[in-house]
Amino acid sequence: MRIVVTILAVAALASVPLWLRDPYLLNALITTGIFIIGAMSLNLLLGFTGQLSLGHIAFFGIGAYVSALTSLGFDIGLPGGVRLVHEPWPPIVGLVFAILIAGLCGYFVGLLSFRVRGAYFVIVTISFAEVVRLVALNWVELTQGPLALTNIPSIVLPLSGFGELTLRTKLQNYYLVLVVALVAYLLIARLVHSHFGRAMRGLMENETLAVSVGIDVTKTLTLAAVISAAIAGAAGSLYAHYIRIIDPEVFAFINTVTMVIMVISGGKGSLAGPVVGGLIFGLLPVALRPIMAPEAQWIAYGGVLMAILFVLPRGIVPSLAQRLVRRRSGTAALAPVALAETAAKEQA
Amino acid sequence: MSEFLQHLVNMLVLGGTYALLGIGLTLIFGIMNVVNFTHGVLYTFGAYVMFIVVQQLGLNFFLALPVAVLAGWLLGAAIELTLLRPLRGSDIDTTMLVMIGAWIAMQSGTLWIWGGVAKSVTTPFPESPLVLGPVSVSWLRLFVLAAAALLIVVTYLLINKTSLGRAMRATFQDHDTASLMGVNVDMIYTSTFAIGSSLAAAAGALLGPVYVIFPQMGDLAAVKAFAIVILGGLGNITGAVIGGFILALAEELGAGYVSSGYRDAMGFLIIIAVLIFKPTGLFARAERVG
Repeated sequence: MRIVVTILAVAALASVPLWLRDPYLLNALITTGIFIIGAMSLNLLLGFTGQLSLGHIAFFGIGAYVSALTSLGFDIGLPGGVRLVHEPWPPIVGLVFAILIAGLCGYFVGLLSFRVRGAYFVIVTISFAEVVRLVALNWVELTQGPLALTNIPSIVLPLSGFGELTLRTKLQNYYLVLVVALVAYLLIARLVHSHFGRAMRGLMENETLAVSVGIDVTKTLTLAAVISAAIAGAAGSLYAHYIRIIDPEVFAFINTVTMVIMVISGGKGSLAGPVVGGLIFGLLPVALRPIMAPEAQWIAYGGVLMAILFVLPRGIVPSLAQRLVRRRSGTAALAPVALAETAAKEQA
Repeated sequence: MSEFLQHLVNMLVLGGTYALLGIGLTLIFGIMNVVNFTHGVLYTFGAYVMFIVVQQLGLNFFLALPVAVLAGWLLGAAIELTLLRPLRGSDIDTTMLVMIGAWIAMQSGTLWIWGGVAKSVTTPFPESPLVLGPVSVSWLRLFVLAAAALLIVVTYLLINKTSLGRAMRATFQDHDTASLMGVNVDMIYTSTFAIGSSLAAAAGALLGPVYVIFPQMGDLAAVKAFAIVILGGLGNITGAVIGGFILALAEELGAGYVSSGYRDAMGFLIIIAVLIFKPTGLFARAERVG
C-alpha cells in the first residue's frame, strides 16, 4: 500500500513538467524541491532523534559554498605567506565535496550534541550557523563577501559514450532535483527502518532505557548528525549550481525556519511529512503573491506556523494517517492506542 | 592605553543595556522554561515606541522611556496570555516554535507598518561629548548607562525584596511546591513574561536612539541575550548582569583589536565556548534546573 502511494506520488511529480509550462512556477517547484531535501535531512535529526537543529541552514550553505568554490576555483593567502591556489574542477566533484565537508561539520556539531541537549543544543546550532555566516561575510578573499560568488557553472553530467550533458534548463534541473530528492528519501527510509533507526528512536523515547540496553548514545547521535548534514550539503550544492549565485544571505536564519516549518507542519518523524509540508509551504508564497504584500505574506507565514502547532501539533501526515486507520479498522482495533493516549493526557 | 580606556567606557554603556536584555530573558527562560524568541521583537518594539512618542507624537524624550517600558509590559502580558498559557504543559520545542512564529509575524508587521528604512530619534542631549582626559563619551550614552543601572537596581529589588519576587523565586526552584504553598503559578508566569518583556523594550528604547531603529534590529539583540543568559547561568540575575558586561567587553575588544566585521561573532563564540566547557554558566553555584 505504502509502496503504491510512493510510486504514484513520484509519477505525479515526474509528470509535472509535461503539463506545467510556466517557467515561474517551475522555478518555484525547483527551489521548493531543493528546500524539501534540506527539510528531509532536518527531519532525520528532529523527527527521529528529537534534537532540534536551528542552524541547519549552515550545512546547506556550507554545501553551497564548497560546491561553488570547487567549481570556480580560488586563490587565497594563508598565514605565513603561503598562497593556496585551486584550479576549477567539474561541478559534479563540487557536489561530492559539498556532501563530504558538510558531513564533517555535522560530525563536530553531533559531538557537541552529546554534551548539550534541548534548548542549549538549539542555541549552539544557531550560533554555529551565525558564525559561519559571519565568516562567509568577512572572508572576502575566499567568498567575495557581500559581493557574492557569481557565474557558478551548472552541473555537467558525464554520459559514457555520449559526451556530456550540461543541466542548464529548468526542465533538466527539475528532474535532477527530483532524482536527488528520491535518493535522499530512500536513503532516509532505509536508515530509519534499520537497526540504527530503531536505536535513534529508542534514544528519543527514553534515553536511560536505550542506554541500559546497550545503545551507544554518542555514536548514534553523531552518525545521525553526519548523515543529516551531508544530505543538507547536497541540497546546498544543487542550490548553488541552479541559482548560480551565492551570497552570505543563504545562511539567513529564516531559511532554517522555513525548513523547520516544512518538517513540523508535514509531521516530524514521518517520512512523507517534510515532502507534504514542503510542497505546501514552499508553494504558499506563490499562491499568496498575487493577493498579498510580501510583508503580509510573512505575517501569514508566522500565523500559519502558530496555527499548525495549536491545531495539528503532530503534523498533517500523521494526523491524516491516524484518521485513515481509524476509519478503516473501526475504533475497536485502535483501543490500545486510544487507551494509551488517554493515559498520557491524564498524566499531563 | 587611551584606546583601551575608551573601549572600557564603551563597554560600560553597552554592557548596561545588554544586562537589561539578559535579565529579562534569564527570568523567562529560568522560571518558565520557555526559549523566548520574541525577546528580540520586544527590543525592537521598545525602540519603535520611542520613535512614535518622540518623533511622531512630538512628546518629551524622558517621558518616552517609561511609556516604552509600560508598552513592553502590556505586549509581553498579551503574548503570555494568548500564546503561552494555552500551551502550558506542552514540550519546550512546541512553545519555542510558537514563539518563532510570533516573532516572524510581529517582525513582518513592524516592517509592513513602518517600512524597512532605518529611523532615528532626536535627543535633547548636546552634540558635543563629555571629554575626560583621554576618553570621551556622549551625554546620550551616559544617560543610557544611568537609566540602565536604575532599571537593573529596580529589578533586583523587585525580585529580592517584594512578595512577588519571592513567589517568582519559589516558582523557579520548584513550581509544584510553590503551587502547593498557595502561589498562583499562572499569575507568576504572566508577571515574569511581562517583566522580562518590559526590560527588553527598555533596552531597545535606550539603545534605539544611540544607533538607528529598523525592524530587524532585534534579531542580533535576541542572540546576544541568549549568550548572556548562558554565560550567567539560567535564572541568575547577578550572572546576567556580569554576563552582559563580559559580552560587551568581548565585543569592544574584538572589534577594536581583531576586526570590526567579527564584532557580532563574539556573542556566538562565547555561547559555543561556554556550552562546551562549562554548560551550567560561569557563575553556577549548584546544579540548575532545565
